[in-house]
Amino acid sequence: MKYKSQQVAWWFFTLSVILLVLQIVYGFIMAFAHMGFDVLHDIIPFNAATATHKNLLVVWILSGFMGAAYYIIPEEAEHELISVPLAKLQFWSLAIVGVVAVAGFHMNWWEGRKFLEIPRPLDYLVVLNVLLFLYLILMTLFKGKKQTTTALVLSMGLLFAALLYLPGMIWFDSQTMDSFFRWWVVHLWVEGVWELIMGGILAFLLIKLTGVDREVIEKWLYVIVGLTFISGILGTGHHYYYIGTPRYWLLIGGIFSAMEPLAFLGMALFAINMYRKGEKRHPNKIALYWTLGTAIMSFVGAGLLGVAHTLPQVNLWTHGTFVTAMHGHMAFWGAYGMLVLAIISYSMPLMTGRKMYTKEGANYAFWLSNIGMVGMVTAFAAAGVTQVYLERKVGMDFIEAQQAMAIHFYVLVGAATLFTIGVTMFIVNYFKYGRPTEEALEPA
Amino acid sequence: MLSKNQARTFFFAGTIISFLVFLGLTWHTLAREVPEQTNAKNITESVIRGKKIFDSNNCMGCHTIFGEGAYYAPELTKAYQRKGEAYIKTVLTVKTPWAPRGRKMVAYGMSEQDAADVIAFLKWAGEVDLNGFPPEPDLQSKVPAPSSSQ
Ligand code: HEM
Ligand code: HEM
Ligand SMILES: [Fe+2]
Repeated sequence: MKYKSQQVAWWFFTLSVILLVLQIVYGFIMAFAHMGFDVLHDIIPFNAATATHKNLLVVWILSGFMGAAYYIIPEEAEHELISVPLAKLQFWSLAIVGVVAVAGFHMNWWEGRKFLEIPRPLDYLVVLNVLLFLYLILMTLFKGKKQTTTALVLSMGLLFAALLYLPGMIWFDSQTMDSFFRWWVVHLWVEGVWELIMGGILAFLLIKLTGVDREVIEKWLYVIVGLTFISGILGTGHHYYYIGTPRYWLLIGGIFSAMEPLAFLGMALFAINMYRKGEKRHPNKIALYWTLGTAIMSFVGAGLLGVAHTLPQVNLWTHGTFVTAMHGHMAFWGAYGMLVLAIISYSMPLMTGRKMYTKEGANYAFWLSNIGMVGMVTAFAAAGVTQVYLERKVGMDFIEAQQAMAIHFYVLVGAATLFTIGVTMFIVNYFKYGRPTEEALEPA
Repeated sequence: MLSKNQARTFFFAGTIISFLVFLGLTWHTLAREVPEQTNAKNITESVIRGKKIFDSNNCMGCHTIFGEGAYYAPELTKAYQRKGEAYIKTVLTVKTPWAPRGRKMVAYGMSEQDAADVIAFLKWAGEVDLNGFPPEPDLQSKVPAPSSSQ
């Protein structure tokens, strides 16, 4: 690590791992409710648990992205961050808005819009916060010696992500319009601009970990993000099949979203090939595991499990069932969760000067969390297919079908326990690294 | 082989063209098709109030509507047509959690007026043309009737 200001990333990573733990707690609350033990109903009804689970997810990932940007941009631009105090201010305001939002969810202060439950007054604070973040990142990049493709793609992703938050803040009287623009945020984030962020972080990690020539890596980066937008923008149509929008979306959404896995396949091939090509054998193997892992798991979770229900003929039956939850878990974990853990694994030894990656625990964390996640996704899949057949195909009453699937939630909790052990080991390791140190700075 | 410049052009051109097409389709959908397909003229004051109540209580945090939301409680798109007004009114106005088969709903204890607004909203939602969603069960007729055993 060359620039002292990169260490500000530590704050964001710390917030990120803490929120991940909380997210998991709420996941268990919901899983128990599905098993028939909705014991917390009076304090934390299911809708409070679900809003918390989903928003903590979004915030821990975003906090991880911000930490990644604060770490990567100074190094790529070869310039200290323009202001560390302002970055800390941005951090604390993010943390406070997050806490207030989550507390609000428990007091019926929210909006019933999946993933965007944060009420509007807080949305304005989020916007201010993100503006400050973008100002710091973009000015650093602008003042820096270099504007590399990696840094540009990452910054473009962050900028567009901020812009796309805005259509989600408009009030509509019609549920159809509301839903239409909710997808501008949710879909165009995860299947659009967040993939730019992913591509940028992945390119940075591959350059550092494999030693492959930057020009080669960055050329493929453009191809991948090009594929992302060409398929993903019109692919939004796969959410416009059944919400009161015209039928032509069945065709457009079907065709373009079916091409979306190409970008994720590109990402996976890219990572594996660069790894093979690389001469350098970086000692931080575990960072490499998470880097290759995210490239592969995102292809499985987002690409394959996404395409599995993206054609309108299939989606008619699976729309809004546990099949969606199956895909949602592996996609978010594979593409964005693992990515954040990859940049954390890479940067912590460099920020703190402690080489904890040689510890066995770091390996177990990787394998247990991933095996646990695959188990969870399998349980969701079993529940989802059961639900589609009983409720949609045979016409069984909703709750009766749910009771027939309760068994799959026992399996879910078992697998989730494994997952949680893995994540806990990761986090224990994280805190063992301690705070960033002066000694970690490379002599100029 | 592909050069970095060509790759960059592919990215920018692909993105801009896709985005413009998407904007055009969005305009066509929202200005030309949606008002009719969703019976926008039927979105009365009461429907709007109903939507606000639906939204501010995060009903979507348990239920789905138009197939969007959480999977803890029934799809509500056709709830009005399936269950009727009186049933829904009871669910919304009772002071203890509604739990016909053990799974509890939050007890909202709504006023008559609020319940009527939510019902108006659900009635409107049930009349939107959703291109065939939710589908009619297609295997129901294939399930053999239980042999009456006494
Ligand atoms: C990393 C990328 C992705 C993430 C994080 C992700 C996550 C999600 C989530 C959370 C949902 C539920 C959204 C909601 O109901 O509000 C969803 C829905 C969906 N996703 Fe993805 N997804 C990704 C990529 C993909 C890809 C590449 C495809 C297709 C090839 C896809 C196909 C779908 C479909 C068809 C639905 C709608 C399901 C339904 O009708 O209920 N996704 N995705
Ligand atoms: C111990 C771990 C976890 C458990 C037990 C768990 C359980 C659940 C449950 C029961 C639901 C609600 C489904 C419903 O609407 O009824 C849910 C939703 C969701 N969870 Fe988790 N979860 C866990 C961890 C995670 C992680 C690590 C991620 C992402 C990285 C995640 C992402 C999501 C998403 C995106 C949804 C919304 C899915 C949809 O509505 O389609 N969860 N989770
Ligand atoms: Fe999507």
